[in-house]
Amino acid sequence: MAHHGEEFIEPEVIPADPAKIGKIWKTAGILALITAIEFVCAFTMEKDGTLITIYILLTLLKAYFIMAEFMHLGHERKSLQLSILLPLIFIAWGIVAMLQEASDINTAITTWYDFLVK
Amino acid sequence: MATGAIENEKDIWKGGEGNLPMNASYGKLMMWFFLVSDAFTFSGFLIAYGYARFKHVASSYHGIEWPNPDDVFNAFPAMDVFHVDKAPLVFVGIMTFILILSSVTMVLAVEAGQRMDKAAVEKWMLWTILGGITFLGCQAWEWMHFIHGHGEGTWIGGELVKGANLVQNQYGPPLFGDYFFFITGFHGTHVLSGIIINIIIFYRVATGLYQRRGHYEMIEKVGLYWHFVDLVWVFVFTFFYLV
Repeated sequence: MAHHGEEFIEPEVIPADPAKIGKIWKTAGILALITAIEFVCAFTMEKDGTLITIYILLTLLKAYFIMAEFMHLGHERKSLQLSILLPLIFIAWGIVAMLQEASDINTAITTWYDFLVK
Repeated sequence: MATGAIENEKDIWKGGEGNLPMNASYGKLMMWFFLVSDAFTFSGFLIAYGYARFKHVASSYHGIEWPNPDDVFNAFPAMDVFHVDKAPLVFVGIMTFILILSSVTMVLAVEAGQRMDKAAVEKWMLWTILGGITFLGCQAWEWMHFIHGHGEGTWIGGELVKGANLVQNQYGPPLFGDYFFFITGFHGTHVLSGIIINIIIFYRVATGLYQRRGHYEMIEKVGLYWHFVDLVWVFVFTFFYLV
């Protein structure tokens, strides 16, 4: 850091590496393409289990590209990658537990209503 | 760079100098850990949404089904001019593209910062800020449309409901509206704070602070935050608008 009174010299600009810039735009293109595929699916397919599975897989793929390339996590040390990714196991557990719980409540309410109607 | 030995204890807190745990600076590590905690908050919201949706039984709530997002978010500004009745997903699709593009300009700002190219950092930061503001504007329009409602409205429990708020919703159960407001609102707040932070950083780039400091690591840190906002939107888009 420059001290007071000392004349500050502008650091030299390093020229851009076209390969690096190209890679950034390529990742952007992949993300746009995945979103476009989601759109095509939304307008051409029936909304059922298959479509929802496709959506979730494409979303995870997008998340991978954003984290690995844009957030640079793919180029960090393995220990850093794991300390970010391993805690996310709790989210996976949360999804499974909560959705199972909700389905069971749904079944219970539906059964009760069917009983009332009879 | 990391040498293992810490010559001066104060070096640990310098960020980018001295000892580097996991070969990342203090600032970047802390940003990562903050983002992990924020990811848990957003997951909590989205899982709660899934919970409400899985549990919903129409017959227990005036026979109201959980809405199909295609029927709720199908408006576009100036649709009447083009004589289009429904445009499901189109507007939110454009919003998604805007946010992805602003993420790209952020990566380009980070890349320029690593080359000490002040002019390029300024340019790409401005594009990022512009993208963020455009996204927020779109979201404001979307909220306005959702709150005012469209069509004739719906009769719920002997009352004509038009639009949505926290207690009433013409499209489906009020819970749907509540989760829409909370999840997109919480995300929008993140975008807003991201824009404010980006403006502050842009000002400090323009006044040459990082040039004097000798590195543009601050751009990388706000970049991480900005990409995270984009990442969350990818999930909100899927689970709120597609599924």
